[in-house]
Amino acid sequence: MISRIKGFFGGVFSVFKKRRSIKLGIYGHPNAGKSTIANRISKDWLGEEFTKSSAVPHETREVIVKEKVTIKSKGKELTFNLVDTPGIATKIDYEDFLKFKINPKEAKERAKEATKGVIEAIKWLDDMDCVLVVIDSTQNPYSQVNITIIGNLAARDIPVLIVANKIDLRKSDVKRVESAFPQYPTVAVSAIKGDNMESFYEHLFKLVK
Amino acid sequence: MLTLQYVPHHEFVSLDMDEKIRRILKSVKDGKILLIEGRLDHIEESELIKRTMQIINKTFKGIEIASIDYEFKGDFLDKLKKDIAHFLLRKRSGLTIVGPATIVKEIRKDPSKIELLTMEKKKK
Repeated sequence: MISRIKGFFGGVFSVFKKRRSIKLGIYGHPNAGKSTIANRISKDWLGEEFTKSSAVPHETREVIVKEKVTIKSKGKELTFNLVDTPGIATKIDYEDFLKFKINPKEAKERAKEATKGVIEAIKWLDDMDCVLVVIDSTQNPYSQVNITIIGNLAARDIPVLIVANKIDLRKSDVKRVESAFPQYPTVAVSAIKGDNMESFYEHLFKLVK
Repeated sequence: MLTLQYVPHHEFVSLDMDEKIRRILKSVKDGKILLIEGRLDHIEESELIKRTMQIINKTFKGIEIASIDYEFKGDFLDKLKKDIAHFLLRKRSGLTIVGPATIVKEIRKDPSKIELLTMEKKKK
């Protein structure tokens, strides 16, 4: 009898589980290339970009969701909601935006929005089913922000794929990224040029399985 | 003048998360660089970042933070040693450096060392 009840509820819950959309989050430092990766995925599978990316840090200042992105690889299909998040930082100085010829008033507003974006990104961590942690492979990967993001995901048992981005640049050092987080799979890409995206999608299938 | 404040493990370990964060942010807002014996856990770190963002203004630009842990590279036995050490020392192993972003330009971290770079004084 008990096993029948268990079976009944198990069946009901599995229906809900199947209906629930998978949330794939994209996290990392400002300017790591999160929106570029989100756009690359969207362009490859939906034929259009869905968010703005630029060289100015904190371009993404609120969480943006692209629903029902379906990708295919080796005869398999995967559908998820893609969640592009603002870059996580421990400091924000409006004067940094002035270097990009943004006027002071706009720079102050942008800084204010960026602080809210960081808080929002951290709050969304709880809602993710799996996460791409994007690391600029030309930079030192041992930053506290990377460690904090990955540590938080580990504490919540959320699967992680490290994306070592910007491999088209001369200073890129993928081995350094791999050795910083040896317990996680790493895939090296250039999101802007679309290099190694096939391997990226194969890794994505393994992550979301 | 640069002020370094050492926080021994016994002073910090008994505090709850809110109290730890409040204390860190108060010292950092006063322009002090804290050297904390031990480290915050990752949930505490993310909460510290959130609270930092809430108080950023014209004069307080945020924090620079880095934690360093004793390295136990390698196999299962090494991991076990690390876990036992953490259990016995209650996160005492390691060191956390945190300072105001207006004073600390960057904390460069490699697996086994931390370099703290301060801002250059603006020439008048």
